[in-house]
Amino acid sequence: MKIAVPLKQVPDLVEDLEVAASGTALDFDGLKMKLNEFDEHALEEALLLKEASGAEVVALAIAGAEADRMLFTALAKGADKAVKVSGVDANADNHALAQAFAAAIGPLGADLILTGVQSASDRDGQLAPLLAARLGLPCVSVVTGVQPQGKAVLLKKEYSGGVMAEFEADLPVVLGIQAARQTPRYAPVSKVRQVQQSAKLEDFAASGGAAPSQVVKMAPPPRGQGCKMLKSADELLAVLKEKGVV
Amino acid sequence: MGDILVVAEHLNGALADITFEMLAHAKTLAGQTQGQVVALLVGGSGEMTGQLGAAAKVLTVAADGNFNPALHAPALQTAVDAAKPQVVLVGSTSMGMDLASALAAARNLPLAAYCTQVTAQGGKILATSQLYGGKLLVTSDLGAGPCVAAMLPGYASADAGKAAGSPASEALPAPADPGKVRFKRLILPEKADVDIQAQDVLVAIGRGIGKKEDIAVAEELAKALGAAVAASRPIIDAGWLPKARQVGKSGLKVKPKVYLALGISGAPEHIEGMKGAGTIIAVNTDKNAPIFDVAHYGMVSDLFDVCEALTDKL
Repeated sequence: MKIAVPLKQVPDLVEDLEVAASGTALDFDGLKMKLNEFDEHALEEALLLKEASGAEVVALAIAGAEADRMLFTALAKGADKAVKVSGVDANADNHALAQAFAAAIGPLGADLILTGVQSASDRDGQLAPLLAARLGLPCVSVVTGVQPQGKAVLLKKEYSGGVMAEFEADLPVVLGIQAARQTPRYAPVSKVRQVQQSAKLEDFAASGGAAPSQVVKMAPPPRGQGCKMLKSADELLAVLKEKGVV
Repeated sequence: MGDILVVAEHLNGALADITFEMLAHAKTLAGQTQGQVVALLVGGSGEMTGQLGAAAKVLTVAADGNFNPALHAPALQTAVDAAKPQVVLVGSTSMGMDLASALAAARNLPLAAYCTQVTAQGGKILATSQLYGGKLLVTSDLGAGPCVAAMLPGYASADAGKAAGSPASEALPAPADPGKVRFKRLILPEKADVDIQAQDVLVAIGRGIGKKEDIAVAEELAKALGAAVAASRPIIDAGWLPKARQVGKSGLKVKPKVYLALGISGAPEHIEGMKGAGTIIAVNTDKNAPIFDVAHYGMVSDLFDVCEALTDKL
């Protein structure tokens, strides 16, 4: 089985996000980027499948600030191949990313394409279904617990309230992974450095299309006008007393 | 003169709240576009059609009652071809994720995800998306339509989308099922040791708790308050607490009298599950954490300092 795992960089949400002077985009200058955490789960699920029943795992990332780090880390964790896709801005909308990833994934002949169910910057839809449409494959989102079953996979799709549905999907299929069945593994920096010196990234030249819609405004939400800030545990205790909790 | 098509969502034999919330959004929007509200019901029942009175018309597609992305996505595309709506509203939900992007890609329509609001202004459809973990609101110009908006649950009143009446219904042909994705079964949650939906007070913990051993600190405070411990998704994914303790989109929706959120940043998926709480008190080290947008009381502090101080005083 061959598993392709497209990885996307997103702003580190711990950072302060600044809107650019245009008022319609993020100011990426100096903004720390990181791997989308759902993609980290998708990679983990792919590696677990590889360990359980054998698979070739190919990680892909769009050339950008975090691409090398994301790809070498994926190799250090156990991915077999890493492909850096150029020709599109790594911070572009998902329509453009899906087009570039689809161009790179198509020739791989992957049986399974696993990517994060969502990311912090999915303004124009999630990557998994957009990618599936480009590849002409079925897609299931919000997936956990992927199990190979011959030429198909058994998977769970999560709904709200703890309800899940079990599906069987023929390969090839694109899955938007919600969570791997275990916490994503950690690759020590020393191991990543070692891989960086010994392994090579493959390059793929793609192109992204134009965004299907334009941003006209980007701004922080109106700050919790209703939120009264407390300064001490005593003040918090007073609130709990007022609400009859204590 | 554009119609608004609402994709009705149902699970386990009942229409989901998001369906009525979208009908409420659609009624307002149809007023602006001078069109009517049309609902699409795939694999529903006659009883469900009767509950969609807020729509002028219900398009039905006969199918199995259980959602299947490989069947519902083409059914939606057929309905859009037939109804030619100006705006398609899909839930920003597990099911909606399999529909909205697929429709946008198949019919080359502009799409905005995670929408809190959609309006028609000067012939243009403007959609506001909640992005970057709720830290930014982004408004997209989706053009004159047709276009797609995935609506976040909790931004319209479900009651406002409930209306009696018997909307006209029109059956559309069911798309052929390529059979590549097969529904097997629904898995309902197991009965939990603690029912977090039945608690008056919840002490909810998030990533800020740091490690499993430290959950004891929150448990001690909960005990002193006569409360139960709930958690956001990362805590459940790490296996530190059972799934039945999860508050949020894929967990449970809770409405306690008091919700004390400790070290929870307030990702939209979490807020969806607890914004209905009577009083929300949030403690977080990040003064810009989105949790403070929904909290009634906030405190920028280390959660352990607060827990220890409170537990000592109780």
